[in-house]
Amino acid sequence: MTSGYTRRELMVVAAAREIHDREVVFVGMRLPLLGFGLARATHAPNAVGLFENGVIRDRPAEAFIYTMGDPPNITGAIACLGLLDVMSLLQQGRVDVGFIGGAEIDPLGNLNTTRTSGSGSLVRLPGSGGGCDIASLAGRTVLIMEHEPRRFRPHVDYITSPGHFPGRRRGGPSTLITTLGVFDLSPTGVRVRTLHPGVTAEQVRQATGFPLDVSDAVQATPPPSTDELAYIRRADPEGFWTRRESPANPLRTMTAG
Amino acid sequence: MREAIAEQVHDGDAIALGLALESGIPFAAVHEIIRQQRRDLTLIGPISDMAFDQLIAAGTTARVIAAWVGNVAGGSGYGFRRAYEQAIPRRLVMEDHSNFTVGLALQAAAMGVPFLPTFTGIGGDIVRNHPRIRPIEDPFGGPAPLAVAALRPDVAIIHVQRADAQGNAHLWGNLGLTVEAAYAARRTIITCEEIVPEDIIRSDPNRTMIPGFLTTAVVEVPGGALPSSVQGHWRRDFEPFLDYHRRSRTADGFEAWLREWVLDLPDRAAYLQHMGEAAVERLRVRDEHLAASANFAP
Repeated sequence: MTSGYTRRELMVVAAAREIHDREVVFVGMRLPLLGFGLARATHAPNAVGLFENGVIRDRPAEAFIYTMGDPPNITGAIACLGLLDVMSLLQQGRVDVGFIGGAEIDPLGNLNTTRTSGSGSLVRLPGSGGGCDIASLAGRTVLIMEHEPRRFRPHVDYITSPGHFPGRRRGGPSTLITTLGVFDLSPTGVRVRTLHPGVTAEQVRQATGFPLDVSDAVQATPPPSTDELAYIRRADPEGFWTRRESPANPLRTMTAG
Repeated sequence: MREAIAEQVHDGDAIALGLALESGIPFAAVHEIIRQQRRDLTLIGPISDMAFDQLIAAGTTARVIAAWVGNVAGGSGYGFRRAYEQAIPRRLVMEDHSNFTVGLALQAAAMGVPFLPTFTGIGGDIVRNHPRIRPIEDPFGGPAPLAVAALRPDVAIIHVQRADAQGNAHLWGNLGLTVEAAYAARRTIITCEEIVPEDIIRSDPNRTMIPGFLTTAVVEVPGGALPSSVQGHWRRDFEPFLDYHRRSRTADGFEAWLREWVLDLPDRAAYLQHMGEAAVERLRVRDEHLAASANFAP
């Protein structure tokens, strides 16, 4: 908790700022869902959201939802189609930006949500869901992760959602939003864009399991405005995604689905 | 339900379910399969929420073909992890997919073609040495795609809002891979909130997602998808997902959960009774948000 807002609220704001007006967004759940609603309510009133279960919305659900299939996400949707319909739009190149989470990441933005032996013994994770598809086919992708050394690895054990690689047809990860900062991702690796207020360069180096060039002069992530915070608290009134520590915490679930 | 599962689902079958993603998961059918102790099943689906985890932990499952296995509320599926990591209660073969590739595999079977091309997954590990996904050349000279081979389930199990006695099924809300799976499968079991006269189905043929000649069994089972949601009928009940997540952390905990919520209950009516009337009524959708009518006059 920094003064007046939580890290996760700041991450929602950072996610919203990745969405430009009139863009088609592959939304996903949890923080990006709030970020999409926030972007629509502020600087991107004409953004359109696609959900992999087939739902297309141009405004956020009017009641709190836990999953993209919850009834309030269907009521008032523009269209309810099938998974292949929205995946086809993605493959065709009509999706500007997609959001994904990962359990582990490497410097090229490869994400692992399938299996890892990083802690010494084999741990099976849930798998891709739509993460691999968004990573492969969106115009650009924004990754959202908990910033811990065991999650930031020089090489991931399994590439569930491909990052940058030679011969990529389109897209690739452009931005990484973590609990500590916002980072630019490119074929040449990870670069710090901003650190969240109160986070030091040393803290980020310590929390990153591969070498990362961080200058002490790096700028701070712009804090949420009063209007942005007001929106988030209306959309997540009990702080389920942005204030509470729960098993369903967005950053604990290690999932793209 | 008992007869439908007994007749339509056999040991060794490949079963597609959980096709709409988080909503309309046919839990009543899943629990009946567990009670009837089916073995060596293959489970097919995009994401499965905790339905696959329960089937795996109960020992019914030899193989999973899916994009995601876990518990949407809690993250990891402990039953799936025990089977994959430690072969408890038995060894599990996993065929990893993305949501798109499992959809294309079903769609190829639905279309009666051997495979469908795609560009998803290139550069990642899912498509590397995959039994059902291989690189091919574009015969028209474009960039090389991957081919996803057709996947034909023995049975698809689908929960819908309403169907008639012939199994013509109306479904609304997010569809996921429901239609592709029903078209691909050799047999389709429809479970529904209500069986309605056929003139209701014929009044709105655009809403018929599954024509009855594809349906091999239709069962009226109100609340048959709880704790998942059904548009216009049931809200999602969040707590049972978290409760299952906590209790299934150990094999013993799972066994206790299984006895309480599956083995000691004969059917879905008993399940709803065990939830308690207040809990059931809290989830029931009573508001109306009706679609405008569409004129089908000739």
